[in-house]
Amino acid sequence: MAELSRDVIRRISEKHLKENNGLLLGQCLTAVGWVGHTIPELTENDGLVELSMADVAGGGIAVGAALAGRRPIYVVRYQGFQWFNATMVLNYAAKSKEMWNIPCPLFIRSIAMDSSGRKGRAIGPVAANSHHGIYHRMPGVLIAAPMTPKEYQEVWDYFLAHNDPLYCSEHRRGWELDYEIEDILLPEADITLFPTSSTRLNVLDALESLTKAGIKCNVINVLWIKPFSLNNKDEKISIALKNSKYGGILIDGDHINGVAKNIAYDLMHQHYKNDSRKIYALALDERTGGFSPHLDNLPPTPKKIYDKVKEIVGVK
Amino acid sequence: MRAENYGIVKGASGMFTKEETLELFTKMCAIRYFEEEVKKSYDAGLMYMPVYLSLGQEAIAAALSVALKNKKPSIFAQHRAHGTYIAFGGDLKKLVDELLHRETGCAGGMGGSASIHSPEIRMMGHDGLMGTQVPIGVGYSFAKNYKSQNKDYSLIIMGDASAEEDYVLGALGYAAHKKLPIIFVCEDNNLSILTEVKVRRNWKMTDVAKSFGMQSAELADDPWSIMYNVKRVMQSLPAFLNIHTTRAVWHAGTGQDAPPEWDRFSLIKEEIERIGFVQEVKEIEEKTKEEMQKLWEMQLAVK
Repeated sequence: MAELSRDVIRRISEKHLKENNGLLLGQCLTAVGWVGHTIPELTENDGLVELSMADVAGGGIAVGAALAGRRPIYVVRYQGFQWFNATMVLNYAAKSKEMWNIPCPLFIRSIAMDSSGRKGRAIGPVAANSHHGIYHRMPGVLIAAPMTPKEYQEVWDYFLAHNDPLYCSEHRRGWELDYEIEDILLPEADITLFPTSSTRLNVLDALESLTKAGIKCNVINVLWIKPFSLNNKDEKISIALKNSKYGGILIDGDHINGVAKNIAYDLMHQHYKNDSRKIYALALDERTGGFSPHLDNLPPTPKKIYDKVKEIVGVK
Repeated sequence: MRAENYGIVKGASGMFTKEETLELFTKMCAIRYFEEEVKKSYDAGLMYMPVYLSLGQEAIAAALSVALKNKKPSIFAQHRAHGTYIAFGGDLKKLVDELLHRETGCAGGMGGSASIHSPEIRMMGHDGLMGTQVPIGVGYSFAKNYKSQNKDYSLIIMGDASAEEDYVLGALGYAAHKKLPIIFVCEDNNLSILTEVKVRRNWKMTDVAKSFGMQSAELADDPWSIMYNVKRVMQSLPAFLNIHTTRAVWHAGTGQDAPPEWDRFSLIKEEIERIGFVQEVKEIEEKTKEEMQKLWEMQLAVK
């Protein structure tokens, strides 16, 4: 039976504690479901450390453990908590190497759990969606959004081989995957889609409708949000955008005025500098979400992606 | 209640050796006269950043460094840390260079006055946000002591304002829960810039520490009393010392609004002279002052 992403996370974590002298820190790790069974069922004696409910302090404690050389995995069960947890990661760990030449590597597992277009409970205004935009503005921190088993392994291996803080923007939908998601590169396309995180799954769903409507889409899956170059897809992107009649769309699961527009801006300047084509941004709307389905503010659904592509391509 | 003799241990100066007392005074002189040179250079327009001077507060760092000499703690201090750096043996040339924006500075010119560090004395840098050194220091201590046979001590220093930060309180609680070998010291100069403690809160940090199950003490910055209390609490850490002190100049910069409530440096000199080391006090002070002047002259001459 193929390994699910959650199995990879659990295996990585267990090995880190048992063989790498690592630590794993977080709140409520052991009480309910072991964070969707991504946490190995170990104890503090093994390096699995329950923090108190003091969120801001907890982030600082994780940073201190990183400073002491333990390469901690810091689990934050809802990305929205990053408003509290991120403080010392961003203002200390991300700066430590540049300020004092002292690395402060910690692996922040930050979990988004919005229903992302699927049927399920709405999450509304609190805590649920990706918040990697908070980290994106700061130098000194890497950001990845792995969804598949191999992607988690790649991101983890990169962390171990380097000494920077790494924000692993997870989504619960990714935990269930036991397959890889391939890019799609057509000889001639109408548009190129650049989805991140759970929107990658929504793009796959949207492709069915788009194909039926006669719209041809390239898909370049974004694993590394920062630095974008770690995707190692420069040539592929160049070909894809060259062959896309109407440009591209960066699709993200965080609010629109952040990662989505930043990356779209960079791509446009890199590939469409003297071109009338554009790279658009599609993400959460610029408003607060509510709990009622008609008020919620979720990552772009398959329908929203479909509608946006149709709008750009000009198909009625 | 703030007073120069609040909480001090009667006869404490007699509990320590001549060597300890003179070492303590030497360090106080080093801090004082180094900071006086910083003041001169700052007033001459050589520094393009805020400077946070330890003038008036020398006794705390000096006392801690003598009391903790054999423990070699990791040190997490705050923006006003020149005194700590000097007392624990940080490289003085590198500190001068840091304040003069040079790459040869202790933080490569990046840290300025507020974010100095010295790996040689296990002093970690501060990121500039008040009180963050507390949870970071707690995390460091936890990681260093996790399943370790030997205790790795930490000294975490904060101001009276940052002691109120919510994340500081959360970190204190966690340190107590994990029984970490940390001495928390609040350098309580009674001011957050110019806002006094009594305006900001009606509760005491020592009571908060006690409620977390920590040993605590509140006292004025008599160095012998500080050393006495450090030795007392060492057997049962973590512990919290709230030490009243006085800032001689502004929060940032070199100005002065009014004389400080007390002048600990002069009080200590008087006490050391009283116990019979008049000549030693004179020699130490003159020698150290000259050393600091020469150090600064030499570093300023470097192009």
